[in-house]
Amino acid sequence: MRVAEAWRVALDALRANRLRSSLTMLGVIIGVASVVLLVAIGTGTKQKVEQQVEGLGSNLLLVVPGKIEVGTAPVVSPLTLKDAEAVSRVVGDPQRVAVTVASGATARAGARSDFTTVQGVLETTPTVFTRTLARGRYLTGTDVDTSRRVAVLGDSVARALFPDRDPLGQQVTLAGVRFRVIGVFAPLGQSLGVDRDDEVHVPVTAAQRLWGTQRVDGIAVKAPDRERIDELGERIVAELNRRHPDTEFSAVTQQQILGVLGDILGVLTGVLAAIAGISLLVGGVGVSNIMLVSVRERTREIGLRKAVGARPRDIGVQFLLEAVLLTTIGGLTGMALGVGTALLVDALSPIPAAITWWSLALAFGVSAAVGIVFGVVPAQRAGRLDPVVALRAE
Amino acid sequence: MSDTPPAIEAVDVSRTYQLDGVSVEALRGVSLTVRPGDYVALVGPSGSGKSTLMHLLGGLDRPTGGRLVLGGRDVNALSPPEMAALRNETIGFVFQAFHLLPRTSAVENVALPLVYRGMSARQRRERAAAMLGRVGLGHRLDHRPNQMSGGEQQRVAIARALVTEPTVLLADEPTGNLDSVTGAAVLELLERLNAESGVALVMVTHDQEVAARAARRITMRDGVVVADSAAERHDRPPSVDHGRPETLVPAPSAEPRSVSGNGPGHPSGGSGGAAGATGRLPHEPDPHRAEVDMREPDPRRAKADMREPGPRGAEVDTREPGDGVA
Repeated sequence: MRVAEAWRVALDALRANRLRSSLTMLGVIIGVASVVLLVAIGTGTKQKVEQQVEGLGSNLLLVVPGKIEVGTAPVVSPLTLKDAEAVSRVVGDPQRVAVTVASGATARAGARSDFTTVQGVLETTPTVFTRTLARGRYLTGTDVDTSRRVAVLGDSVARALFPDRDPLGQQVTLAGVRFRVIGVFAPLGQSLGVDRDDEVHVPVTAAQRLWGTQRVDGIAVKAPDRERIDELGERIVAELNRRHPDTEFSAVTQQQILGVLGDILGVLTGVLAAIAGISLLVGGVGVSNIMLVSVRERTREIGLRKAVGARPRDIGVQFLLEAVLLTTIGGLTGMALGVGTALLVDALSPIPAAITWWSLALAFGVSAAVGIVFGVVPAQRAGRLDPVVALRAE
Repeated sequence: MSDTPPAIEAVDVSRTYQLDGVSVEALRGVSLTVRPGDYVALVGPSGSGKSTLMHLLGGLDRPTGGRLVLGGRDVNALSPPEMAALRNETIGFVFQAFHLLPRTSAVENVALPLVYRGMSARQRRERAAAMLGRVGLGHRLDHRPNQMSGGEQQRVAIARALVTEPTVLLADEPTGNLDSVTGAAVLELLERLNAESGVALVMVTHDQEVAARAARRITMRDGVVVADSAAERHDRPPSVDHGRPETLVPAPSAEPRSVSGNGPGHPSGGSGGAAGATGRLPHEPDPHRAEVDMREPDPRRAKADMREPGPRGAEVDTREPGDGVA
């Protein structure tokens, strides 16, 4: 009964000061909404990145010089096509090995130009990575062996250079050398912040000639089976270390990439949520403040309730409940606002956002906790008021 | 009669406040006993300690010295929650400023003390409604304080004080915020309830006429009781109150008062001295009352104002000794 009365009185108090209650809640609403929104954006970004990494192909093993760790400087690659052949021998199937040597270059066609990434690759690329063609054909072994100047355009390059023409059979000039377009990729979208449609594939031999180099940037392997992928990576690294004793090599799987990226994005999400949490804290201080005002305003009421038999606890519970109601109603509204904004952002902007149940539970729990933490002091003060003094209050 | 346990028993009670390191003695050794059914007026100039005494008698405060027993329990042995329960069970408060909760209906205001008894909402409403009926507001259950006149608000407050069936009703200047006619009606109500239910009525008042209507008058000055009409009559100093129960006026009055149908309702006034008071009780075959009854509606109010200083004052003077004789 006493608790029921406390609920009734707390609700009544909030209703009696609608504007003040709303403004106080606003602090909590903004805090909770921003936590929910920013966590949603962080989660959405992480999910999208994961999808894209997985979308690269399955059982992928990337072999690069240097260490794959956050904060390590890139290393100039000592790898050549001979190393790729050696890796092929380790793997036992040349079709499962791809290489890349990439550089930025301006592609021109007639009066149009587009700055893009030119990738020198083997004909095995579509086997190792997941790439599909929209038109034409991909590079062949012969194209690679003979350094033929043929190119497969990414979707956005094709659109930029040939907005109103079929690019197949047309000439494009890459770094001043003319290539013939033999195929166009199907659109892929972004991956890891890179526009994967903004690239041109040419035979690795032609690319090396173009830039006057023998090296390749990295080697990718599609492992025959998932279970022994790590062991295969170790064997490849051992072989490369034998061939290049001065350089360290790393073989990383998609899982490892996901782990590293997940860590980075997790930290980022955490930092964003913490910043939003500060505004929730400020909202809590506002609640505390208003509760002190409420206690002062209703000092006489407290005195009267005590006179007719309310225990200190009854009064304390009443005010604590009022504070918790303020923050939880604010919290629920903030959650709704945060979810709504996140859905809008996801639908209307390129920023992905995903709602997770735990972020909602967390936001609600935190807002209730804020009410308790910031309501305790005013509630205790109310409960301990001397009834004689309280009854005399103006 | 002497076996009726006292509702309030104060023995050499003192209350000292510490204000900025300076001790202020608000009460300096007050002893008194209030029995069920008593009708006591507490008078004295401002600063005489009567408010402090009222707070102590109501269990809102604790003495710093002496012994105070309310409803059979020594307040200095009680924790704050136990004090709260004691107030809830044995004390009813009526304040000068009514102290009703705004935005809350009359019936809910009256039911408030029952909330802290853990009574169900339905039971609370039933009892509160019945109590409002007893104070003549049965038709105003769902009105809010701001929809009621001052007199009505004070009636609601009285109903709230009595809904718990306390043993003591403490009224602090209950008519102080009311015009004289409304005040008189409220006073009559308090007296009637005192007579009907046997609740002890202890009332702080500045108004000598109001005080004169009480069966017993306690006068305070500088933190001590300087006159207690009950004690004086028996030539006992106010501080010696252990002998009082056997000989005091209030004791005999207690029993007849608790039986409302028994007589005029003011047994202590059965000796004629209380005729003025009883004259305001509605159900009395008494010449005074007939007059009063006819004046009850509005016309009476105008007249009453004019009458107040003169006749009543006279009545009071003659009545008081009469009380003592009883």
